[in-house]
Amino acid sequence: MSIRTAVIALATVACTAGSLQANAAGEVNIYSYRQPYLLEPLLEAFTRETGIETNVVFARAGLAERLEREGRNSPADVVMTVDISRLSELVGGNLTAAVETDTLTGDIPENLRHPEGKWYGLTTRARLIFVSKERVEPGAISTYEDLADPRWEGRICTRSGKHPYNVALFASMIAHHGEREAETWLAGLKNNLARRPQGGDRDQIMAISEGVCDVAIGNSYYYGKMLEDENQLPAAESVNLVFPNAEGRGTHVNVSGMALTQSAPNRDNAIKLMEYLTTPEAQSIYAKVNYEYPANPDVPPSEAVASWGYLNPDSLSLNEIAANREAAVKMVDRVNYDN
Amino acid sequence: MNQAVKDLQQQPPSHILRSGAARRWVLSAGLTTALVALPVFAVLYLALFPEDNIWPHLINTTLPLYLSNTFQLMLGVSLLTLVIGVSTAWVVTMCQFPGRRFFEWALLLPFAVPAYVIAYVYTDLLDYPGLVQSWMRDAFGWENASNYWFPNIRSLGGAVLMMGLVLYPYIYLLARAAFMEQSPSLFAVSRSLGRSALGTFFRVVLPIARPAIAVGLSLVLMETLNDFGTVDFFAVNTLTAGLFDTWMNLGNLGGAAQIATVMLAFVLILVTLERYSRRRQQQFAARDLREPLQRFRLSRGRQGLCLLVCTLPLLLGFLVPALVLGYYATEYFAESWTDDFVENSLNSLTLSSLAAVSTLIIGLLLAYSRRLHDTPGMRLLMRLSSLGYAMPGAVLAVGVIVPLAAFDNWFDLRMQNWFDWNSGLLLSGTAFAIVFAYTVRFLAVSAGSLESALQKITPSMDMASRSLGMPAGRTLLRVHLPMLRGTLITAALVVFVDCMKELPATLILRPFNFETLATYVYQYASDEMLRQSGLPSLVIVLAGIVPVILMSRSIGQSREFQ
Repeated sequence: MSIRTAVIALATVACTAGSLQANAAGEVNIYSYRQPYLLEPLLEAFTRETGIETNVVFARAGLAERLEREGRNSPADVVMTVDISRLSELVGGNLTAAVETDTLTGDIPENLRHPEGKWYGLTTRARLIFVSKERVEPGAISTYEDLADPRWEGRICTRSGKHPYNVALFASMIAHHGEREAETWLAGLKNNLARRPQGGDRDQIMAISEGVCDVAIGNSYYYGKMLEDENQLPAAESVNLVFPNAEGRGTHVNVSGMALTQSAPNRDNAIKLMEYLTTPEAQSIYAKVNYEYPANPDVPPSEAVASWGYLNPDSLSLNEIAANREAAVKMVDRVNYDN
Repeated sequence: MNQAVKDLQQQPPSHILRSGAARRWVLSAGLTTALVALPVFAVLYLALFPEDNIWPHLINTTLPLYLSNTFQLMLGVSLLTLVIGVSTAWVVTMCQFPGRRFFEWALLLPFAVPAYVIAYVYTDLLDYPGLVQSWMRDAFGWENASNYWFPNIRSLGGAVLMMGLVLYPYIYLLARAAFMEQSPSLFAVSRSLGRSALGTFFRVVLPIARPAIAVGLSLVLMETLNDFGTVDFFAVNTLTAGLFDTWMNLGNLGGAAQIATVMLAFVLILVTLERYSRRRQQQFAARDLREPLQRFRLSRGRQGLCLLVCTLPLLLGFLVPALVLGYYATEYFAESWTDDFVENSLNSLTLSSLAAVSTLIIGLLLAYSRRLHDTPGMRLLMRLSSLGYAMPGAVLAVGVIVPLAAFDNWFDLRMQNWFDWNSGLLLSGTAFAIVFAYTVRFLAVSAGSLESALQKITPSMDMASRSLGMPAGRTLLRVHLPMLRGTLITAALVVFVDCMKELPATLILRPFNFETLATYVYQYASDEMLRQSGLPSLVIVLAGIVPVILMSRSIGQSREFQ
């Protein structure tokens, strides 16, 4: 009888799968939107120091939904993300718990954490403008606002306007200029695009070296990674970096961050991990691995990152950026940015 | 033809159904369908509660474009896969040419290459810094991109080409099975009545193979609608892209579920239309197994043509990507070679095998219940059970979590109340959740192909067996299964390889510290480290090849050829 066999087979799977479940004993469970290889060195160091084992699930989508559905029985203790949007989503879904310790609030500045401690920034990354060494005079472009200037018509490349990194930048423009002015600016930028938005941030820098465009927008750390890769090195060497609005309000930054979950079964270990990640030691490892800026102001960026120029970060609170995200996404649709 | 004979041909007489056994079949089919359709209904449920009404904004801005891109993509991929799949299937089944036996199984190889992988391989080859354009610049002395024109691979056309190259095996597999099962005398009769070979192919052969080809094409279309990796990589904004945008950027899961529902309706309409157009057709290939298939003996020129028809898709869909991946794998070997490989590969193999077995069992249960009890209700169950395939994997994964987590939390509460024991999450966040998702997603593959194969077996077989006192279950085992062997193997193979490649649902559902090959590749690819993912990608392809070879060999042996 095939049905009985099916039931038995499925039951067997369920039982073996069930035995794979984590048990709470000297461990901490992480849902991560961040690639594991970036976390690994840190987590290994953490385990060496505390003896607490770490378990990770990495995905780019759906972890928040999984957390929500698992409810109070969810095994996850800490969620790690690479963008403010995911963090604010978790807060909005009431999935993160408020946690405040002297270490956490002492190490992470106010504009890089949730007012009640429902999330903390760990590293920041600057959204830079890259310009061709050959075809763009130094100083010709110095602000995000300049990107809409008609002199750049057909000369700019960016990735999709819907990508969280661009959405956050556009949201910061809304915060500074109001929605109407920001939309005019975005329409101007779209008008200056050399091609339909495509690829990742690295591809835009490649496009400059290919002569497709002269100006591109990209996150600071991609530049560092391209210098590491012999195939991409020539492209990275063909551009100059611009820290936009450095003289004015400062350059737009986004965070990678962490939050404690509501259901955390290993709450104490989770807080230990969070505190560890804000210590100078962990901050410098974390920032170095991925060419980012430490969120802890006492920790200098790595030599390589420091050599690119001085970062004066925009002091606009990330909570403000999160609040304008939806407006930014709809604005991208209205100016038909991606097509 | 008198009515009595007609009735006999339609289905087994209804008195068979009065037996308790047949009723049990139907009941089990109903329960199984309910279980399998749960995640889909969970998504429909989510669609009832959107965070915000997205439609006014969508209709005013990007929806027309999403729709037109989606239609063009579906049309392009349909045409390309039909042309490649049907022509290669016919050639290897019916023509005698050097290398035929090799192509019989080799044509399946592109199936082992995930669409997102082939997309990035060709982008790397055909992009500005890639081999092709670099060579052209050297050869013609061009300075940079402004000096010449080259087609952009990151485009709708590019996406059609990529998907066509890896999806045609669906059609090839099913069309070939259909061509192999049909009676060779049909072709001979048509020819002797004065139809040309080509005319016979279009007027006799294709109509008979149409149900199978239609199943293949609907699988292709669902895969196309489902794909996010490729369209995302090529920046082609389809409905799927809109769905992810609504979910991830607007944080509106309900709105995303609504888009998924629209896509689902879309697929259902297509499938229904195709079935409706075949409503008057009934076919039983009463094949005499002793009747050998005579392959065409062709002139040298035509043999060359056969060779070309078979070589092109194999070259573009498999050899080129495999070579490029092999090159990356050696280039970045030190960086990407880790101890995790064996473990990840085992994870992939185990989950995929389990899913292949469970989809086969459930598919057989459903298809056979329908045979025993072919009513509109039963047909509806069949349709319901295969809805999972028409949903983007990531959305379906959320649909899987909803009922599993609800059950877990309910069970946990009961256990606490009764025994003061915390059972925690038994099913969600475990390997079971992944196998369940694979089963829900790929049941359409096995149920669909088994159903169309069963339809070809004349009911007189059942009646002979049953009138000799064999109950339904034993008839299935002793009579139908041997006749279905080729289809069973094909279905298991397709599901297995599909699971090996599956990414979005696996990512969301997998347990802690658990990777499959596909999720491993994705970690690199999602961080713009495409070349570093060469080695694990190659392993996915290689792991997919072994079963392809093994199983296609046994399909080849399921019919005696001379």
